[in-house]
Amino acid sequence: MSGILYPIVVLGGLGLLFGLSLSLASKAFAVETNPKVESIRKVLPGANCGACGYPGCDGCANAIAEGEAQTNACSVGGSSVAEKIADIMGVNATKTERKVATVLCQGDCDKAKNKYVYNGIRDCRAQNILAGGSKSCSYGCLGCGTCADVCNYDAIKIVNGVAVVDKEKCVACKACIAACPKNIIELVPYDNQVVVKCKSNDSGKVVRSNCSTGCIGCQICVKNCPEDAFSFENYLARINYEKCTNCGICAEKCPSGAIFSNLEELNEKAQ
Amino acid sequence: MSIFTILISTIFVNNYVFARFLGICPFLGVSNKTETATGMGVAVTFVITLSSVITWGIHYAILDRFGLEYLQTIVFILVIAALVQFVEMFLKKTSPNLYSALGVYLPLITTNCIVLGVAILNIQEGYSLIETIFNALGASVGFAIALLLMAGVREKLEIIDVPKVLEGFPIALITAGLMSIAFLGFNGLV
Repeated sequence: MSGILYPIVVLGGLGLLFGLSLSLASKAFAVETNPKVESIRKVLPGANCGACGYPGCDGCANAIAEGEAQTNACSVGGSSVAEKIADIMGVNATKTERKVATVLCQGDCDKAKNKYVYNGIRDCRAQNILAGGSKSCSYGCLGCGTCADVCNYDAIKIVNGVAVVDKEKCVACKACIAACPKNIIELVPYDNQVVVKCKSNDSGKVVRSNCSTGCIGCQICVKNCPEDAFSFENYLARINYEKCTNCGICAEKCPSGAIFSNLEELNEKAQ
Repeated sequence: MSIFTILISTIFVNNYVFARFLGICPFLGVSNKTETATGMGVAVTFVITLSSVITWGIHYAILDRFGLEYLQTIVFILVIAALVQFVEMFLKKTSPNLYSALGVYLPLITTNCIVLGVAILNIQEGYSLIETIFNALGASVGFAIALLLMAGVREKLEIIDVPKVLEGFPIALITAGLMSIAFLGFNGLV
């Protein structure tokens, strides 16, 4: 009997002894933490995505409580989280404009030409190593779905060879932006319905031979825009989203359809 | 064996990192900056010395008396774990900067083989309490020296043009190997 009793008593006793002394020590060495940190941490989404630039949500909560970061530091949580944090911090929330990731390419399997047939592993980064991918256009979406793989929110789908972001699901964590080897994913304001969905800096002739829906650099949009919201550089039109009023004139006039507009759909919904 | 011989032996000849290959994890993990290396060295010194004394006492006062030597490993780990927890609390209170710099390597002292290794070797070699203290001190000073030397070299390596394939850990491992060979030169000293 003593053969089993002694070990139990010795181990249990030692464990109890150490446990008690540790709990005493933890009282003696208690560190006061800012109670705001904990309440902010509870409000944050807890995805630890790192989009705020701090190591995880704990780091972000710490920075906000210390006053290093704004109350709207968490882009994933958006304005609802920012308001709650502002309540905790006792300041007015800085307005956050909701942004969503947008794939700036419409060159799907029907519209864009290929220079070779890619049969390697399904990863854009791998495909990109092979002469910049199989698409003739060196700026286009490779369609292997690396962005969809890294998306934690199931917001990206590959539709006919091109990645498409679901605006409603996207939380702007920028994971896809970091993963895309072609750098064609950008954050665009959620309310903006008109986007130039092309990133090609090739001249119009080259774009035409590669893709039927690329920006050919004709500058018709620049001339027709009533708000002067377009800038033009390296054969590519860009919209200044702050000036754009979503009138949709540019999308109507664009001869190649490179300017994507969601207006029709919206109007239908409104009716 | 005299105390002096034990010290020289554990610091140089049988250096726990370079000759016995114990405590390699923090040796590679915390040797990026001399500042954190010093902090880690002090923390490990504290844990090793204190745990050696306590485990020595527990071994001869309890385990040996009741014939429970087979519980040695688990009891020693219990002691070390409790001590590390204590050190962690202590550091968090007194030096938050060092606490965050050491990061995950601080709780990892718990499972660091050098701490358990020293505690068990003390018993195996049949050291007296005084010898145990100096063996533990020598072991941890040897560890701290190894860590500091490595940190010094690695700080220099940061600014040197290292071939791409060897950047980071590969060159650190090669350096560690060369330092280990250098420490072989102390062989036959004791």
